[in-house]
Amino acid sequence: MNALEFFVVNSPIFAVAIPLLGAFLTPIFGMINDKLRNVFAIFIMIITTGIVFALSYDVVTNGIRTYIFGAQDLSLPVVRILFEVDAMSCFMAIISVILAVVALIYSWAFMKENTGLDKYYTLLLLMTTGMLGMELTGDMFNFFVFLEITSISSAALVAFWINRGKSVEAGFKYIVISTIGALFVLFSIALFYGQYNALNMAIIANSIQFTFLDKIALVLLIGALAMKAGIVPLHMWLPDAYSKAPSSVTLVLVAATQASLYGLLRLCFTIYGNMITLSPVSIGWLLVLFGIVTILLGVIMAIAQTDLKRLIAFAAVGEIGYMILGIGTGLVTMSPSISAAGLTALKGGIFHIMNDALDIGLMFLVAGAIFYATRETSLDRLGGLARNMKYTTAFFIIGLLAVSGLPPMNGFASKLLIYESTYQLNPILAIIAILASILLLAIFVKVLHSAFLGPALPRFNEVKEVPKSMLFAMAIIAGIIIVFGVFPDIIITNIVEPAANALVNNAGYISKILSLTGGA
Amino acid sequence: MLPFESLLKTLQTGSGFWNPLVWIVAIIVALLVVLIIRGFGKKDYKKGTSQTQAFLSGNPEYDKERMHIKGSNVYWGFSEILNWIINLLKKMHTGNVSDYVLWFVIIIAILFLSIIIPAGAI
Repeated sequence: MNALEFFVVNSPIFAVAIPLLGAFLTPIFGMINDKLRNVFAIFIMIITTGIVFALSYDVVTNGIRTYIFGAQDLSLPVVRILFEVDAMSCFMAIISVILAVVALIYSWAFMKENTGLDKYYTLLLLMTTGMLGMELTGDMFNFFVFLEITSISSAALVAFWINRGKSVEAGFKYIVISTIGALFVLFSIALFYGQYNALNMAIIANSIQFTFLDKIALVLLIGALAMKAGIVPLHMWLPDAYSKAPSSVTLVLVAATQASLYGLLRLCFTIYGNMITLSPVSIGWLLVLFGIVTILLGVIMAIAQTDLKRLIAFAAVGEIGYMILGIGTGLVTMSPSISAAGLTALKGGIFHIMNDALDIGLMFLVAGAIFYATRETSLDRLGGLARNMKYTTAFFIIGLLAVSGLPPMNGFASKLLIYESTYQLNPILAIIAILASILLLAIFVKVLHSAFLGPALPRFNEVKEVPKSMLFAMAIIAGIIIVFGVFPDIIITNIVEPAANALVNNAGYISKILSLTGGA
Repeated sequence: MLPFESLLKTLQTGSGFWNPLVWIVAIIVALLVVLIIRGFGKKDYKKGTSQTQAFLSGNPEYDKERMHIKGSNVYWGFSEILNWIINLLKKMHTGNVSDYVLWFVIIIAILFLSIIIPAGAI
């Protein structure tokens, strides 16, 4: 085995181990020099990003990659953990690392005035470790462990501005909600283990009978993961956490929320797979219903907000609705067999996961830039900032077009796929989705007008453009948004389609593990 | 390495298609037409003269802070019409974590009733 092969074979563990190790080394570098610590954290994340990209290329080229911790012979009754990485896992991991690396670059200037930054960088790297673990693991209990790592580090980061009561309150709410969710996930895992004597997702999926206990596990897992993913009416922690956390943290929180959504996808498509059609109530229709309600509530609540970050947080809730709508439509139209319309809906939903992360992420970074420059987030007090913050204004306009799904930005391509497929399911669903998108445009035009346009306000005369590291972080995301928007076919063909196919092809996911165990 | 042709490919959406490059070319052409039409306009605009002052039906111009339309005032009429639902939704968002957990219990109960009970398992 040459060095490259060794690297690729071990890339699943490297993707998790390197940020984990980096997290605990960061305070040591912090003791030497603050800049060295920041450079080290960014370096660790760039290495992790490279590993995730190499792993993704390998998975798309050669198929599912597994990594076994413990005895390699799976027929032996030894406790072991198994990572199983398919194109869907890679898709989610790419989102996580991109947002994490951008957040670290943004943090350089944004968090500079704060104390306790050794802890901040450690927690941010731990949070990324947790997300990557959730996305790469093929083991249910391991998923729970990484979910807990993500939740605990996220809660600490939400409450990072500990001198502000509301941040601490938001962190408290987040940890309460996360703990309850995780408890139900753990209970469901116990139900699986009690019945099938297995914790591996593929082995559970192969053995699942849709018994009474399996149905209870399904209900509990959907509830817990939907709450973590911010689906209405379980979303209420989300505006609190998103709006009170530092903007760099909010960016990674978006990825953490989506990691839970990934768990929901894994549950519906891989673990329950074909069994899900046996449910007396269509799970697909349930998701469609949740999707529409999430879109409407998110958008209507966003209209009423005057705090910029809270407004974006509710818009983020609405955007989650689009993903759920696409995925739900995919589930409905692919029962009992895979259909082209269903696959289109699924591709739209999956593509929108990435687009939402970028678009909403950029909006939060812009909100952070406004806060950094003015110490203000109220839309009633802001105004005329475009005169002093030209680049930030340009990034906001790019984000505005993308979130609202206007051509030629990335949001348009994914929403087009969702509109078209939902129209085939039921035209009213598509009409609601389009109207909500128009409302999103109106909401962000309101932000553009009240924060950036209008006369120059005397109290903001001294306001300057934000530091270069923050501009660079926003430019990275804006650049990706434009590239994804202008070349959507390349992204869908090379990244989204393999992810959608991996999700639909649960037989391939199961048979990979069974081939390792010799069909045991 | 991706071949150059793949950059120009049109996204097929099942019933339709989407090619942003064609759209961008169309927008550029439209902008050129707009610029040409604009070129026929009057050229006697003078910056910094009374031409640029706001006309408020003869009323004096307020100071800058008061002239700016604030976030709460944008779409005021629209928000007023939606007030009934906004107030209803605001009542849902109590900010109390106990209520958040209550919603979780309600959703679990609904899922339980819809997925488990109809199957006749109990």
